[in-house]
Amino acid sequence: MNKLLEIKGLTVTLPSKSDRKYAISDVSISVEKNEILCVVGESGSGKSVTAFTVMGIHDKRALTISKGEILFDGYDLTKIGEDQFRKFRGKKMAMIFQEPMTALNPVMKVGEQITEILEIHTDLGPSKRKSKAIEAMENVKLPDPEKIFHSYPHELSGGQRQRIMIAMALVLEPDLLIADEPTTALDVTTQATILELIKEIQVRRGMGVLFITHDFGVVADIADRVVVMQHGIVVEQDRVNQILAHPQHEYTKMLIGSVPSMVPPQKKSIDVQAVLELTEINKSFGKSSLFRKDRIVNAANKVSLKVAPGETLGIVGESGSGKSTVARCAIRLIEPDSGSILVKDIDIAKLRESGLRYLRREIQIVFQDPYRSLNPRRTVGQSIVEGPMNFGQTEEAAVRKAKELMEIVGLKPDTFNRFPHQFSGGQRQRICIARALAMEPSILIADEAVSALDVSVQAQVLELLENIKKQFSLAVLFITHDLRVAAQICDNIVVMKKGAVVEFGSTHEIYTQPKHTYTQALLQSAPGQKYF
Amino acid sequence: MFVYTIKRALMTIPVILVVALFVFLLLRLSPGDPAAVIAGDYATAEDVARIREKLGLSEPIVVQFASWVGALLQGDFGTSIFSSKPVTELIKQRLEPTLLLASCTIIFSVIVAVPLGTIAAFKAGSWTDRTVMLFSVGGFSVPVFVLGYILIYVFSMNLRILPVQGYKSPFEFGMIPFLRHMILPTLTLSVIYIALLARMTRASVIEVLEEDYIRTARAKGLSETKILMRHALRNAAVPIVTVIGLGIALLIGGVVVTESVYNIPGLGRLVLDAVLARDYPIIQGLILFFSLVYVLLNLLIDLAYTFFDPRIKY
Amino acid sequence: MENHVESSAFDIAWKNRNVSIGLSVLLIIIVLALIGPIFTKDPFSLSPMSRLKPPGDFGLFGTDQLGRDVFSRVVNGGRISLTVGLSVAVFAILVGTILGLIAGYVRALDSIIMRVMDGLMAIPAILLAIAMISLSGASLATVIAAIVIPEVPRVVRLVRSVVLTVREEPYVEAAISVGTPVHLIMHRHILPNTIAALIVQATYICGSAMLTEAILGFLGAGIPPEIPSWGNIMSEGRTFFQLTPWIIFFPGIALAVTVLSVNIVGDGLRDTLDPRIARSLK
Repeated sequence: MNKLLEIKGLTVTLPSKSDRKYAISDVSISVEKNEILCVVGESGSGKSVTAFTVMGIHDKRALTISKGEILFDGYDLTKIGEDQFRKFRGKKMAMIFQEPMTALNPVMKVGEQITEILEIHTDLGPSKRKSKAIEAMENVKLPDPEKIFHSYPHELSGGQRQRIMIAMALVLEPDLLIADEPTTALDVTTQATILELIKEIQVRRGMGVLFITHDFGVVADIADRVVVMQHGIVVEQDRVNQILAHPQHEYTKMLIGSVPSMVPPQKKSIDVQAVLELTEINKSFGKSSLFRKDRIVNAANKVSLKVAPGETLGIVGESGSGKSTVARCAIRLIEPDSGSILVKDIDIAKLRESGLRYLRREIQIVFQDPYRSLNPRRTVGQSIVEGPMNFGQTEEAAVRKAKELMEIVGLKPDTFNRFPHQFSGGQRQRICIARALAMEPSILIADEAVSALDVSVQAQVLELLENIKKQFSLAVLFITHDLRVAAQICDNIVVMKKGAVVEFGSTHEIYTQPKHTYTQALLQSAPGQKYF
Repeated sequence: MFVYTIKRALMTIPVILVVALFVFLLLRLSPGDPAAVIAGDYATAEDVARIREKLGLSEPIVVQFASWVGALLQGDFGTSIFSSKPVTELIKQRLEPTLLLASCTIIFSVIVAVPLGTIAAFKAGSWTDRTVMLFSVGGFSVPVFVLGYILIYVFSMNLRILPVQGYKSPFEFGMIPFLRHMILPTLTLSVIYIALLARMTRASVIEVLEEDYIRTARAKGLSETKILMRHALRNAAVPIVTVIGLGIALLIGGVVVTESVYNIPGLGRLVLDAVLARDYPIIQGLILFFSLVYVLLNLLIDLAYTFFDPRIKY
Repeated sequence: MENHVESSAFDIAWKNRNVSIGLSVLLIIIVLALIGPIFTKDPFSLSPMSRLKPPGDFGLFGTDQLGRDVFSRVVNGGRISLTVGLSVAVFAILVGTILGLIAGYVRALDSIIMRVMDGLMAIPAILLAIAMISLSGASLATVIAAIVIPEVPRVVRLVRSVVLTVREEPYVEAAISVGTPVHLIMHRHILPNTIAALIVQATYICGSAMLTEAILGFLGAGIPPEIPSWGNIMSEGRTFFQLTPWIIFFPGIALAVTVLSVNIVGDGLRDTLDPRIARSLK
């Protein structure tokens, strides 16, 4: 066998105060030449720790390697000194990261960041280094490399930045590339092109790639072999087709089963009067002044939509499409520049806070980040009863109601007096849903409400949303970037791009006969369509 | 960039106006008859009347303010009540020692504090770090003048290697006497500034070392020294430079005390003498002058940000 | 339940070595200053026969130019310094918090308040204090007021920046969405986030106020000279410094130790109460 990297029985210990003893325990995996090995798992699975440890850039104050070997190029990386290890990094093994914006030094030209590698690992002179860097940039298909060479990271797009990272990693043609969720922070269309690029270069150079991801769609598109990790342990590894078609371990089966299908289920059309109706909403940010005119962003441009009770309307789009702006206008966290927002036939677009207050009951929101949506200093009970008590409900009645709701959203009512940090991300999202329901709203906005959750938890929260929608006949406005989630939960979909609606239709229509080219591109980009 | 420079310069106008208004109201709103306060306890009625006349205190307050600001715009900072010299001339006479003392202090402090803070950050939690931090807290805790007297006691009175007090202009007496007289005042004034700068440098570098791009640099195979010099310090520069600017307010207060301890005939002494003599136009003029210097230096520092951080675009 | 959180925060803070050592020293100093009159001589009693005597037979810290016991003057002077430090901290935090909350929440007043604060920050604190005191007459109250005013802008900036950050938090937006009135949002969601930073800031202000008081006294522009504050004792010691350095050194050391303990407590609190606030301070 052509083993490039072999990890044998690797155990990494966490500091003594942590909730578990090991970050990873007895992990044995290997990467061969000319293959992509995907390590898949949810948060806390230890997949990233594995990658960082191989690279020797794990947080050494917190994590210690207590057992095992990492064999690479004839050495055991757990035993060699830092000076020797440093000669491997960047030269024989290289790494790309999740967030290309923060992974690049913001005050250094990207070209210099590439030539820096050549400076430390080779004897090349400055002009040679530059031409080699330009060549590396051409290899990752960056347009106009001469110009980009002299750019700073903030002047590039997300996709371009990740290409720079790849060019940087590959400039010395390393044998092993470690990729830690390299497309997770990117838009779906960019993700597709970057995945394609990684695959292509890997094949061309016969490189070994250790690819960390949480997304089985990505795995299906890119992996040769797959390792599934859970709680720091390898639960299953096999060839990709085998894993996808015949998963052995319960956890693998659950992960694969939780990937939402791109095929929307049959839905009945809804023939009820809309309770929320947005008409020609405009909102732009930044103001033109005497001195500059260039910073105005049209976040929402003549956006119109309506939602009826019992309906879930999806707003789908990539980052910067304005989908969240529309949501925040609808609940009047921000005021639209023009247009009307009818809630049960009352226009709230221009109401001041005093007039708005009574309508606050009607329309509630659940945010993306479960860790920031609850005040850490208040018990979850206090958070849930805050709204009803604002509107004059007695504490006794509000508490009784809150406990009922906790039961409905799947939480134990006796956890009423606990603080948010005692709950998991999924549980916190349930608390937020209970808080919204406590107001007895007719409209619920879910702003990327499941995007921060692991796929298994995501499925449960989606099911909860579906159930409460039926139980309380809510009109749900569901904002998401995830086409798979949208396919499953939405009745109708609005596709947005750069602040404008480009297509509207029933979910079935959108997914089977997309009309707008952007919608078509979007749908094509969703990873893993061969399998899911 | 040019447009931004103008815009940023215009933004200092309200700040300076607030300072001017404050300084102006200080005298007018203080309890009692300001003319009598300035004249002191033993003044005759004629003295008080003369001072009131001189300061234009009998006119309506708005008129007073307008004529005062009008004079300021023409570079007229007023006239001393007792010596009858223009305040600008007094400032010019006393500027040199203060300017040199402040420059020596800033240069010395930056040279000492930035490396100290960087090393402390790099070895955060270590013995070195704790020593630097203890020194820094100590620097914030010892009164400037006590430190001055300790230094005089040790170096001038016991070791007898440096002069006790006084100032020798480098243009008149040459470099060596100047420096000999400057060493102790500079050390005295530097301590609190070094404490502030070292602390801020440490905090910024520690923060930068947590960033993702430092991890990237490690993944590239850079040595820790190179990571520190090339990637960390440059990214930490903006907050460090900001504190150098904000610290100037601290420095100006320290100048008054240090000049008093070492008997240096600079602006600090001028202001102190003016306070003791209640020569209000001088106090007013000097506060305004110091504030202007502070505002202008911070304006320059703001404009220099682009040099350190390309993301700041004007 | 909220009590539970606060008390455990104190426990954690106490476990920090800086906090426990600093607080202990501070406690000793406070007790000494309070019970000073019981065990010391009268700090005002003149003794013309024993002037400018070195530490030893004529008192632990020697005597001054009027023959007064420097030890009793230093011990009793502590009360003045501590009073100034504490009062300045309380008033500066109070005024600064109110202005900061207004600036952070009322858009219309924000720029006015902040421009005034910028202006105040541009005026060197000691000069401002000297000028104010010399014009309004020296008394404990004017000295405290004169030190409070230049400290206010930093508190305002701190509180305002916390308000601006916290009001963007989803949980505050959620509170707005459930119709929580502004005063309750301030009280429940925003103010608690400022407390840790304010406690730390208060300790720093307390320390720097004691220093400023001493400097003002030393320059002859502070509390009336007949009150034996540490600054005043040192100011009187100036003339005879080359002869009797102890008159400056003993109160100087007392002051430095006091301020050092206050600052060390501040650092310890900053490190333990909330690591995030470290960034918004100094």
